[in-house]
Amino acid sequence: MLELQNISRHQGKEIYLSDITLSLHRGELNILLGPTLSGKTSLMRIMAGLDKPNSGELLFDGVSVLGKPVQKRNVAMVYQQFINYPSLSVFENIASPLRVAGVQQKQIQKQVEEVADLLQLRELMQRTPDTLSGGQQQRVALARALIKKADLVLLDEPLANLDYKLREELRAELPGLFAAMGAVLVYATTEPSEALVLGGNTACLHQGRVEQFGSTLELYRKPVNIQAAKTFSDPPLNTVALVCVAGSLKYLDNQSHSALPFSGLPEGTYTLAVRPHHLSLGRTADDDIQVTGPVTVTEITGSETFVHFTMNENPWVALVHGIQDFAVTNSVSFYISPLNVLLFDGDNRLVDKS
Amino acid sequence: MKVQNNKAWFMVMPVLILVAISAIIPLMTVVNYSVQDSFGNNEFFWVGTEWFQEVLASERFHNALLRTLLFSGIILAIEIPLGIVIALAMPKRGWGVSVCLVLMALPLLIPWNVVGTIWQVFGRVDIGLLGHGLASLGIDYNYTQNNLDAWMTLILMDVWHWTSLVVLLCYSGLVAIPEVYYQAARIDGASRWAVFRFIQLPKIKRVLLIAVLLRFMDSFMIYTEPFVVTGGGPGNITTFLSIDLVQMAVGQFDLGPAAAMSLIYFLIILLLCWIFYTVMTSYDNDEQSSSNKGVQ
Repeated sequence: MLELQNISRHQGKEIYLSDITLSLHRGELNILLGPTLSGKTSLMRIMAGLDKPNSGELLFDGVSVLGKPVQKRNVAMVYQQFINYPSLSVFENIASPLRVAGVQQKQIQKQVEEVADLLQLRELMQRTPDTLSGGQQQRVALARALIKKADLVLLDEPLANLDYKLREELRAELPGLFAAMGAVLVYATTEPSEALVLGGNTACLHQGRVEQFGSTLELYRKPVNIQAAKTFSDPPLNTVALVCVAGSLKYLDNQSHSALPFSGLPEGTYTLAVRPHHLSLGRTADDDIQVTGPVTVTEITGSETFVHFTMNENPWVALVHGIQDFAVTNSVSFYISPLNVLLFDGDNRLVDKS
Repeated sequence: MKVQNNKAWFMVMPVLILVAISAIIPLMTVVNYSVQDSFGNNEFFWVGTEWFQEVLASERFHNALLRTLLFSGIILAIEIPLGIVIALAMPKRGWGVSVCLVLMALPLLIPWNVVGTIWQVFGRVDIGLLGHGLASLGIDYNYTQNNLDAWMTLILMDVWHWTSLVVLLCYSGLVAIPEVYYQAARIDGASRWAVFRFIQLPKIKRVLLIAVLLRFMDSFMIYTEPFVVTGGGPGNITTFLSIDLVQMAVGQFDLGPAAAMSLIYFLIILLLCWIFYTVMTSYDNDEQSSSNKGVQ
């Protein structure tokens, strides 16, 4: 188990990580989700031992490892770039962690072949990395991480530089490959959809803070605050400001809002948030909330259409099925089930439905 | 009727004329001299390949060729490793980078004959800092009389003048290696030597080949500096091919043999260029053919 306790890191005035506390268990997939510069790589570097935090404690199986140099920590890391030894063959690349560890030749041969079979590299053993495709190069890098039998495996956006099809393929294989090892597995990604496909636990990072940590689905369904909700929404979350006066929610222009499943709210400002795919073109139930606005752009991807429209001066986007070719400036109405709205209070914390 | 636009020919005409004047016509003149003999009075007699046979058989040519090859060999053996070591030791970021780069580039900016003059004075026993310094230490050093001293002076001068080029090329290759490679090596627990052997050296291999090629061709054609410092002496111990050639053509005015010799010199350089080129491209082809095999 890897425990991070109040880890902070800053350089001069620049704050990379502030007060991060996480417990990551063996055999589980832990995802760090956040946009670029949110601190994913900084956090991984500290977990690996490449950097030291300015304050905080890092425990592995209950023992502090802050003083231990990276070479002695038994860590494996895979990067967004495909990092292999350029002059060594695929076989030697995969074998390199074993050679450093001084494993016997017979053992090396056997283990390398096992791992190569898992990652379908058997045919490529004698070639050098620069003669391989990107996907194959990343497989070699993954094989090197796998064969090391590390206690901590860090995957830093390992699929970001691969093309769509390969990414899907490797994404399906990855959790299974590493789960069997019993290592603490950490996976950084910028894509909410990738986190959802991988499952496991997710930590939402925003500006060097962990906004929320928990099971990936739980995070998606119940973000604790608006930052976590925004991090976990692609295309971007739709929001509109509301005020609560005398127990009823209203838009800022004082137009009253149709029934929302919230009651007994204290007065103040609120933010209503809806994920793009929760907007639909047709009314599905009587209590659906209706939003209307002029269309600005429609993007047709084939099976789906992104409809951008203006909702009370906020740019909103709806993800709807099929090809919907709306003329620009035409006013269109969308319907939202009250079950699917998220409401955040003045401090951006989620308000429970009642 | 076929209408042709010949404008393109006018466009390339200046280049054709320039190349003709600067390369083709002089070369043909040399070819012309190399197959004829002259006794003055602008009278020329056809001698065929006689001059070529004479030059190729002459001990003078063999010795000059061997000296030149030896010089190039020593230069490469010193400058390439030294250049790599300096490049590795140079800072990768911070204010030190620009200081180091400027310092390294300085020797490269000095004209050849000035470099020769600097070292000619520097090494003099009576007034030169190096020569006088060594003499006052009790070391018997005199590059105008001692063969070994003459060679050491020339080699030291070339190392001083040109190691920077190797350094700059290697440095450019080194800074192009992404930081994550070093990170990955640290996680693997790789030693400093392993990082050099398995990451840095393979990554700078291509620029290193260019450095070797440039330094070899340049040192093989060296003329100005030894001409200024030693003038080919003492005796003819530092008479390289280029110096020998000029002595024969301008000093003795043996136009025929000199023309034949310059053609042979030219062919040797061409041959060596071709060898280097083949080595470099065959290295690339190997990679390509092996990757093709994989695809099939």
